[in-house]
Amino acid sequence: MTRDGGQQRKSSRKTSESEEAPEVEPSEDVAERKERLDEDIDSILDEIDEVLESNAEEFVRGFVQKGGQ
Amino acid sequence: MTVQRVMGTETEFGISVQGQPTANPMLASSQIVNAYANATVRVRRARWDFEEESPLRDARGFDMSRQVADPSQLTDEDLGLANVILTNGARLYVDHAHPEYSTPECRTPRDTLVWDKAGELIMVDAARHAAEIPNARPIVLYKNNTDNKGASYGAHENYLMRRETPFGDIVRHITPFFVSRQVICGAGRVGIGQEGASNGFQVSQRADYFEVEVGLETTLKRPIVNTRDEPHADPDKYRRLHVIIGDANMAEIPAYLKLGMTSLVLTMIEERFISTDLALAKPVRALHEISHDPTLKRQVELRDGRHMTGVQLQMEYAEQARKFVEDRYGDDADEQTVDVLDRWESLLTRLEHDPMECRHELDWVAKLTLLNSYRDRDGLDWDHPKLHLIDLQYADVRPEKGLYHRLQRLGEIETLLDRDEVAAAVTHPPTDTRAYFRGRCLEKYADQIAAASWDSVIFDLPGRDSLQRVPTMEPLRGTESHVRELLDSCDTADALVRAITG
Repeated sequence: MTRDGGQQRKSSRKTSESEEAPEVEPSEDVAERKERLDEDIDSILDEIDEVLESNAEEFVRGFVQKGGQ
Repeated sequence: MTVQRVMGTETEFGISVQGQPTANPMLASSQIVNAYANATVRVRRARWDFEEESPLRDARGFDMSRQVADPSQLTDEDLGLANVILTNGARLYVDHAHPEYSTPECRTPRDTLVWDKAGELIMVDAARHAAEIPNARPIVLYKNNTDNKGASYGAHENYLMRRETPFGDIVRHITPFFVSRQVICGAGRVGIGQEGASNGFQVSQRADYFEVEVGLETTLKRPIVNTRDEPHADPDKYRRLHVIIGDANMAEIPAYLKLGMTSLVLTMIEERFISTDLALAKPVRALHEISHDPTLKRQVELRDGRHMTGVQLQMEYAEQARKFVEDRYGDDADEQTVDVLDRWESLLTRLEHDPMECRHELDWVAKLTLLNSYRDRDGLDWDHPKLHLIDLQYADVRPEKGLYHRLQRLGEIETLLDRDEVAAAVTHPPTDTRAYFRGRCLEKYADQIAAASWDSVIFDLPGRDSLQRVPTMEPLRGTESHVRELLDSCDTADALVRAITG
C-alpha cells in the first residue's frame, strides 16, 4: 500500500500548527516544550471542568436506558 | 462506482429526563418527536406508509414467522408512536424507547455525513422545543450506544447493493472488515462487558453487545452481519445491506470514513475483486478482543492459523481497495474515493505506530486522551464516576454542554464540513436521489399528503374518493434533474398527480 501517500492531510489547522512549531521556536528544549504541552492540557481541562455535570456519581447512576436495536 | 452508492444512516439517541431517571422513555421520546413536528411541520402531518415494509424477510431466502418473532422485530406495525417525515427527506420517529433519526437516501459518504449531522441539529432543536412546554422537565439526548448497565441501542448504516451478489460472498468478506473497522470508527467506552462489570476503557461502544455471526435479530443476540432483506426498492434489482454493528460517531472523519470504507469494500465484493481470505477463527471473540485493547497490539486468530491485529486486518482491505481503484479507474478515480483511501491509509499507518497520533481525528482516541488527562491530573481509577460521566457527556448533543463540541471548538478535533451546509440540510433534501421528490413534496404540498415512506408518497386530493399513491421504488429517480421543473411548475398537488399519471 502507498503509505507515504497517506501522509497528506487536508484542512488540518491542528496538524499544520504542530508541524510548524519546531521551526518557529528552534531553540525550545524538551523540558520547555513539555511544560507548554502541560499548560495546554491544563487549560483544556479547565474548560471541560466548567461544563461537566456536577455530582458525577448520581448523574451516571441516573442514566438508565431501555435497549433498542 | 467506488465509494458512491445509495446509502443512509439511522441513529437511536439515548434519552434522559433530567432529575427523573425513572421517567417513561417512550413518552419522553414521543415528546421530542412531537415537539419538533409541532414546531416545524405545517398543517397536516403525513403518516408513515408501511405497505412495502418486510422486516422479517431474511437475506438467506426465507421469511421468519410472525409468531416466533420478538415483538420488537415487528417494526411494520403502526403502534401510533410519533413519526414524521421531514422536508429534508428524513424520518424522525420513536423506535422502541428512543427517538430515532433516519437520514434521507444519499449517494456519497460525504453527503450522508452532512444529513447525519443535520440529524443532530434536529435533535437539539427538538429538545429545545420540548422544553418550551409548560412544566416540562428538560430532556437531554445523547448520540451514544449504551447506558453501561446492559442496554444498547443502535446507529445503523444502510447500503444499497446489487441483488445478484450472493449473500454468502457478502458475509465471507465483510465479517473480518466489520470486526476490525472499529479501530477507526469506534466511539470509545468506559466499562467492559455488557453491564460494565469490569473497569477499563475499550475502543467500541457496541462491541460487547454482539453475540452471533449472522442473523435477523437486531435487539437480542445481535449479529455481526444482519440479514434483514428489505430493500425499499425493486427487490429483483437491489438488496439493502442493513448494518447494525457500528458505533454512533460524533467526530466527522470517522463517520465519513465508516461509510466510505464500507462502500468501497462492498463494491469490491460486488465486483468479485477480493482475492485474500481473512476469515477469522472466532469472529465474535475477535470483535471483543480488538475492542478491549486500546493499544491495538492484540492479535486475533484467522481460520488459516495466522494471527493479525485489527489494524493489520484493515491494512489488508485498504491495500486491496487501493489496487482495485488503480486497476479500474487509474487517474480517473473520483476525488472522494481518493480522499477516503488516503485518509484510511494514513490513519492505519499512524494507529500502528501510536494510536494517540490520531487524537485529533478519531472519537475513541480523542475521548481516551481526555480521560487520560483527567486520570493524570486527578489521580482517578477507571471505576471513578467522573470518567463515566466524561464518556457519557462526550455524546451530549447540546453544543453548550457536549464535550465533543467543546473539544471541537477548542481546536482539538478536526472537522470536514461547513456549518452552513449542515444547517441547510436540516430543511433541504439531497438533490440526487428520490429523497428530493419526497422532501420537495412535503415542503410544497404538505396539506395534501396523507402518508409517505422511502418508496411512496400518498396524496389525499380534494374531490377524489381514493388516495393517490405515487410509488418511488427506484432510489435514483425523482432527483432534482428529473423532477425539479415538474415540481416548480405544479402549484397544487392535484396538478402534480395529474401530470404524473397523465
